[in-house]
Amino acid sequence: MTDHDHHHHDHDHSELSETELRVRALETILTEKGYVDPAALDLLIETYETKVGPRNGARVVARAWADPAYRARLLKDATPAISELGYAGRQGEHIVAVENTPTLHNMVVCTLCSCYPWPVLGLPPVWYKSAPYRSKAVKDPRGVLRDFGFELPAGTEIRVWDSTAEIRYLVLPMRPAGSEGWSEERLASLVTRDSMIGTGLPKQPHEVA
Amino acid sequence: MDGAHDMGGVAWSVPVRPEPNEPVFHAPWERRAFALTLAMTMPGGWNIDMSRFAREDRPPADYLGMSYYQIWLAGLERLMLERGLVASDEIDAAKALHPAEPVAKTLTPDGVAAMLHRGGPTEREASSPARFAAGDRIRAKDIHPPTHTRLPHYVRGHVGVIERVLGCHVFPDSNSTGAGENPQWLYTVTFSGRELWGEASDPNLKVSVDAWEPYLERT
Repeated sequence: MTDHDHHHHDHDHSELSETELRVRALETILTEKGYVDPAALDLLIETYETKVGPRNGARVVARAWADPAYRARLLKDATPAISELGYAGRQGEHIVAVENTPTLHNMVVCTLCSCYPWPVLGLPPVWYKSAPYRSKAVKDPRGVLRDFGFELPAGTEIRVWDSTAEIRYLVLPMRPAGSEGWSEERLASLVTRDSMIGTGLPKQPHEVA
Repeated sequence: MDGAHDMGGVAWSVPVRPEPNEPVFHAPWERRAFALTLAMTMPGGWNIDMSRFAREDRPPADYLGMSYYQIWLAGLERLMLERGLVASDEIDAAKALHPAEPVAKTLTPDGVAAMLHRGGPTEREASSPARFAAGDRIRAKDIHPPTHTRLPHYVRGHVGVIERVLGCHVFPDSNSTGAGENPQWLYTVTFSGRELWGEASDPNLKVSVDAWEPYLERT
């Protein structure tokens, strides 16, 4: 739906404002009827704009890179392991962590809607919810990676996880060489959102040094 | 249902376009539509499978022509209209015209953190043993229910292998119609790229879906 968004944003201001008016009307009606409290709405928005986002997931990955026992717990049963760091709940009730290796690359998609591990990654980006990603990820994931600007070696096995139930997937990317001895905080600075979806790689140490 | 939402493998000629430094929301109304949708689940009393069906059950041209949060908004309106929580003349008038329906509970600011932390776990106690075990070869049934289902079209009729037994979970096909949770065993089922897409497929591709037992049959 990325394309449509572009069209709406660029050309179709009347339709956009019609939607805006409709949302305002709904909020007014629902507030007048006592179904919603606008202060609760503000708090929901603030939570996902400022508190819940990919920095949470980056801390999980950094812990797994720094602590072999934590990594083992994460790969065995990710939900309680992630909860140890305080991340849990809506759209992350049942999380499975999948590990990239030199011979295996994992990628996560939801072809049917937009399922995504909110507690560790926040709300999904537009491309993740778009028709091109949802259609192409399961058929031509290497082509998707090319859209993101990198080429996976032909011999690497590629494994796509379609989130069709309430299980949410988190990719544990490979720790970049040259980060030996780094603190968890520094390691977390290497972890990108896309590397935890499988459409990107972590940053290299020289990029954050 | 067979609809435009079921996108796996559908030809789409444009590339995936990541947006650098993408904001969480792209317009103020998206913020409100998102929050209204989350907040209304409490007084509305519907479940996530009903919400998904309310979003996907629309003509393909409509589904593809709407932005993501426009679809959320349309789904929310439909769920509220169906239950009489809001009437269409109220939406047109942009104000409440009819008395509120009694609702069990509403979301207060004090309740937000607890609601998000609680989430909606779907695992339930099993009433019967799982039919399949890791390593079993199964076929995804070729089913086309007119109601909500979570078996994507591109695996239907194809042979895969049970990779993990994920426990017994709320069954969306029942839960979405109000027929109850009807928990069923859930499995990660893995298919080779060649099984799904033919000989031209990447030989190093594997794709998995999470599929409930009623979707699967032994080969």
